[in-house]
Amino acid sequence: MEEAGGVKLFGFWVSPFAQRVKWALKLKGIQYEYIEEDKYNKSPLLLKLNPVYGKVPVLVHNGKPISESIIILEYIDAVWKQAPLLPQDPYERAQAHFWAKFAEEKVRQSVVEAMCSSGDEKQKAVKLAVEAFEEFEKELKRRGTKFFGGETIGFVDIVAGCISYQLPVHEEVGSIKILDSSKFPGISEWIRNFLNHPLINEGLPQKDQMFAYYSKRSKEIAYQKMSHKTV
Amino acid sequence: MADEVILLDHAYSPPAVRVRIALKEKGIAFESKQEDFSNKSSLLLEMNPVHKQIPVLIHNGKPICESLIIVGYIDEVWNEKSPLLPTDPHDRAHSKFWADYIDKKIYTLGRAVWTAKGETHAAAKKDLISSLKILEAELGDKPYFGGKTFGITDIALIPYYSWFYTLEKFGNLKMNEECPKLVAWGERCMQRESVSTTLHNQYETYDFILELRKKLGVE
Repeated sequence: MEEAGGVKLFGFWVSPFAQRVKWALKLKGIQYEYIEEDKYNKSPLLLKLNPVYGKVPVLVHNGKPISESIIILEYIDAVWKQAPLLPQDPYERAQAHFWAKFAEEKVRQSVVEAMCSSGDEKQKAVKLAVEAFEEFEKELKRRGTKFFGGETIGFVDIVAGCISYQLPVHEEVGSIKILDSSKFPGISEWIRNFLNHPLINEGLPQKDQMFAYYSKRSKEIAYQKMSHKTV
Repeated sequence: MADEVILLDHAYSPPAVRVRIALKEKGIAFESKQEDFSNKSSLLLEMNPVHKQIPVLIHNGKPICESLIIVGYIDEVWNEKSPLLPTDPHDRAHSKFWADYIDKKIYTLGRAVWTAKGETHAAAKKDLISSLKILEAELGDKPYFGGKTFGITDIALIPYYSWFYTLEKFGNLKMNEECPKLVAWGERCMQRESVSTTLHNQYETYDFILELRKKLGVE
């Protein structure tokens, strides 16, 4: 196991973004100190380490902070070469970046949007989410491998992976159905394989706690949208 | 074997401008194919079936999409000269962070300034100025966001230099008052051939945006 070498991760128990970073660190066997932040009562240190967004996750390595989960993943992969997350070939790397961006912006965000909205907006959001899942399903099928990264978990899997354990909660909170396993056999299988990995499944937030959190959060987001405030 | 490099392009699209600048910085010969947004080519639909958007770089028949991903790809493949990203992982992360910040904020807020009305417009103007000031603070006294080297963060933002006049007109503001260092940075970037031969001037861009607003049915 890699020595601590000054690796700290500032996270929040339910944050899917912090979870991405935890997975990357664990898969590479990197020891780190975890600091739990309270989203509703952020420490002055966090705000100092991430002055632009004031959010978790922040990785601090050798005293220097890095923010934004996808950028942190790239950093981790560049510094610690074992268990590589990104492919070596520049074209394949670009494809991995493309699908990671898609997973974040079109897949994950659309699910949250569908969870928090109501009426016509909700219907539209669910439609967009399903379309995003269709693209994802197509790409998985095209690759024909167990994971996006091949036979082992890679960059895209980690970025997309939060849906594996959060999607059922979002669906329940939002009274929506997106992942129909008969319509998305590839994604369903991918989720099973992903969660089957001991380092992935270890320490995930409890379902009932996530349900309580997202029930509250969903209302907050809906309210903020109504009053034109940005989240 | 000579590389075949095609760019599915649009003269005024800021993401496409980023890619043209990156290609020129590296001295890469490429063919630009102009796309018409209202009548997308079958090549575009084939090369970017997911988003159906430009820019798309087609390198020896293989497509790469999303402007900053394309810039990163260009930097990795044509790596003998004009690095666009630092080699040090922390500095790379820093450059990507700011390029990503620009990506998240400037297009959406800028566009809202020249399309929205009322409260939405006021909020967008406020947020845009705030974002530009944050960028200005990050630039500091450096010649470029990359320090001495013109890099991905500069490339991410410079297309919006063409928008400055438009933002002044629709935002009722003066860029020189709100963010003088960014104005100076823009002028400095315009000294680079890759930028000056790519960016349309601010008045042409304003005319283009006026036409675009009509097509979008804005007022």
